[in-house]
Amino acid sequence: MSGGTTTGDAAALSGAAADRARRKRAYARHYWPFVVPAAIVVVAVIVFPWIFTLWMSVNEWKLGSGRSFVGFANYERLWGDERFHASIWRTLYFTALAVVIPVVLGTAAAIVFHRRFPLRGLARTIFILPMMATPVAVALVWTMMFHPQLGVLNWILSQFGIPPSLWVYDASTVIPTLVMVEVWHWTPLVMLLVLGGLASLPVDPYEAAKIDGATGWQAFRFITLPLLAPFLMVAIIIRTIDALKAFDTIYVITQGGPGTASETINIFLYLNAFAYYNMGYASAVVVVFFALIIGLALLLLWSRERFKDAAR
Amino acid sequence: MSGTTMRARPWKRRLESLGFGLAVFALVSPAALVFLWMLSLSLKNEVDNTAFPPVFIPNPPTLDNFRAVFERNDFLLQAWNSIVVSFGATGIALAVGIPAGYGIAKMRATKAAVLILIARITPGLSYLIPLFLLFQWIGLTGTLWPILITHLVLTVPIAVWVMIGFFEGLPGELEEAALVDGATIWQAFRHVALPLARPGITVATILAFIFSWNNFIFAMVLAGRETRTLPVAVNNMLTFEQISWGPLSAAALLVTAPVLILTLVAQKQIVAGLTQGGVKGG
Repeated sequence: MSGGTTTGDAAALSGAAADRARRKRAYARHYWPFVVPAAIVVVAVIVFPWIFTLWMSVNEWKLGSGRSFVGFANYERLWGDERFHASIWRTLYFTALAVVIPVVLGTAAAIVFHRRFPLRGLARTIFILPMMATPVAVALVWTMMFHPQLGVLNWILSQFGIPPSLWVYDASTVIPTLVMVEVWHWTPLVMLLVLGGLASLPVDPYEAAKIDGATGWQAFRFITLPLLAPFLMVAIIIRTIDALKAFDTIYVITQGGPGTASETINIFLYLNAFAYYNMGYASAVVVVFFALIIGLALLLLWSRERFKDAAR
Repeated sequence: MSGTTMRARPWKRRLESLGFGLAVFALVSPAALVFLWMLSLSLKNEVDNTAFPPVFIPNPPTLDNFRAVFERNDFLLQAWNSIVVSFGATGIALAVGIPAGYGIAKMRATKAAVLILIARITPGLSYLIPLFLLFQWIGLTGTLWPILITHLVLTVPIAVWVMIGFFEGLPGELEEAALVDGATIWQAFRHVALPLARPGITVATILAFIFSWNNFIFAMVLAGRETRTLPVAVNNMLTFEQISWGPLSAAALLVTAPVLILTLVAQKQIVAGLTQGGVKGG
C-alpha cells in the first residue's frame, strides 16, 4: 500500500483495529515456510513436467533411439497431420455436446433438488453416485450394455419398437454414444454447482414478482436465470475443460475406435506417446492441446465479461 | 381469485406433485439402473448374463463370480497396490497441503492459487511423458513409487485448494490472541488453527483419496505386472476375457465399492468440497 492510502485507512479505522491490521500485514510474510514443502512437490511433479515438455517438443525423441534438436519440426508436422486435425474436430464435437447437455440437464436437476420432497437426501445421493464411481468400472459396465447382440440397451430399444443400434461399434454413432456416457457421468457435478447457486439466491425478488402476478416460468426466466448466470458460467467452463480432457471412459470403451472414429486429441496424444513412443511429437501435441484448453477457457471468460457489459 | 380456481386446486396440486415425482424418478433412474445392472451381472451365472432377452433378477443369486475374482492370485496384490498408492498419495498431500493452504490463506497469495488452477486445467497425460522418462532414468520402474509420485499431481492441488478455502473462512482472532500471548506462528497453527480445521481436513482427505483411487491413466502407463492398481487390472480383464461378464462385473463392483460406500457415508463433505472448488481429478 502506498503512503496516501495508508493515512486514509488509519484515519478511517479506530486505533486498535489499525494496530491489528498493521500487525497482520507484518506477520503475513512470516508464513512462507508453511508453503515450502508443497512448493517443492508442485515444482517436482507439476512445474518440471511443464518445462520439460516444452523442451521435448522441439526435439525428435523416439524412445529407444536417440534425441536430436529439431526446432519447430514437430509443430510443422502437426500442422500437416490430417489425423491430428480430425482429432481436433472430433474433440470439439464431443465437447460441444458434452457441455450443453449436462448443463441443461444439470440445471433442471438442480431446480428439482432445490425443492423439498420426501427422501430428497437419498435421491440426491443416488444421483451423484455416477460422478464419484471409478470411471473404469462404470465404463466397463457401459461396454457390456453396448454389446450389439447381447447388450441390455438394444433390448430396451426393442421394447419400444426401435431397431437395434450399433452404439460404439459404428463410426456414425460412436461419438454421440460416448457423449451419453459422459452426460450420465458428469451431469451430477453441474447439478451440485447450480444447486449451490440456487441456495444463495435472495428471496425478495420472488416475493415482489409474486405480488406483481408473475407466472412460475416468468420468475424463472427473468429472476432465477439471470441470478444463476455466474454459476452457470462456472459450470460451463468446468465442463468445457473436463470434456476436452475426457480420457478414461473413451479409452476403456473404444480405444479411439472403430478405426479412428472416436480418436480425440487426448487419445491421439496417448497413442503417440505410449504406443508409438514418439515422445517429442507427443510433447508438441501436449503444448498445442494445452493452448487449446487455455484458449477456450479464456474465450468463455471473455464472453462472460461481454455478456455482463451488455446486460448493464 | 374466484371460487373456480379454489375448487380446481386439489387435483391440480395432485397432478403437479405427480409430475414432480416423475421428474425425480427420471433423474435418479439412469444412475440407479447402471449400478443395479452391474450388481445383477455380478450375481448371475454366465448363461443368464448372456441371455437375450436379458435376465434381470439373479435366480438364484450366485457368489461364484466374486469367488473367481479372488481366486485370480493377483487380485489381492493389486488391491494392496491400490491401497498403498491411494493412502500414500493422500497422506503426503495432507502433510504438505494443510500447511500450504494455511500459509497461502494467511499471506493472501492469490497467485499461488492460480498455479493450482492451471495444474487442474492441464491434462493428466501431459505430466506423464516427462515423469515417465524421469522414472526410467532414475530407475524407479518396477516399484510403486512412480505411481504414488504421479498421483501427487492429483492429490496435492485438491488438498491445497480445499484447505485454502477452509482457512480463509476461519475468523483468525483466536490465533491472533495466541500470538499476542507469545506463541510462535507454528504453535498458533499447530494448537489453534489445526484443531479448528478438522472438517476441512476431512473433506480434503476424502476427495484426495477418491481421486487417487479412481485414477486409471497414470498406473496404466507406469505400472508393470507386479505394480498394477485395481482400475488397470480390471481394464485388463476386459481385454483378455472378452465375454466373461460375471467376473468382470464382480471385479468392477469390488473396485468401485469403497468409493460408493464413502460417498454414501460422507455425502455432505464431498458435496461441500466439490462445490467449493468445482474440481475433479484427472
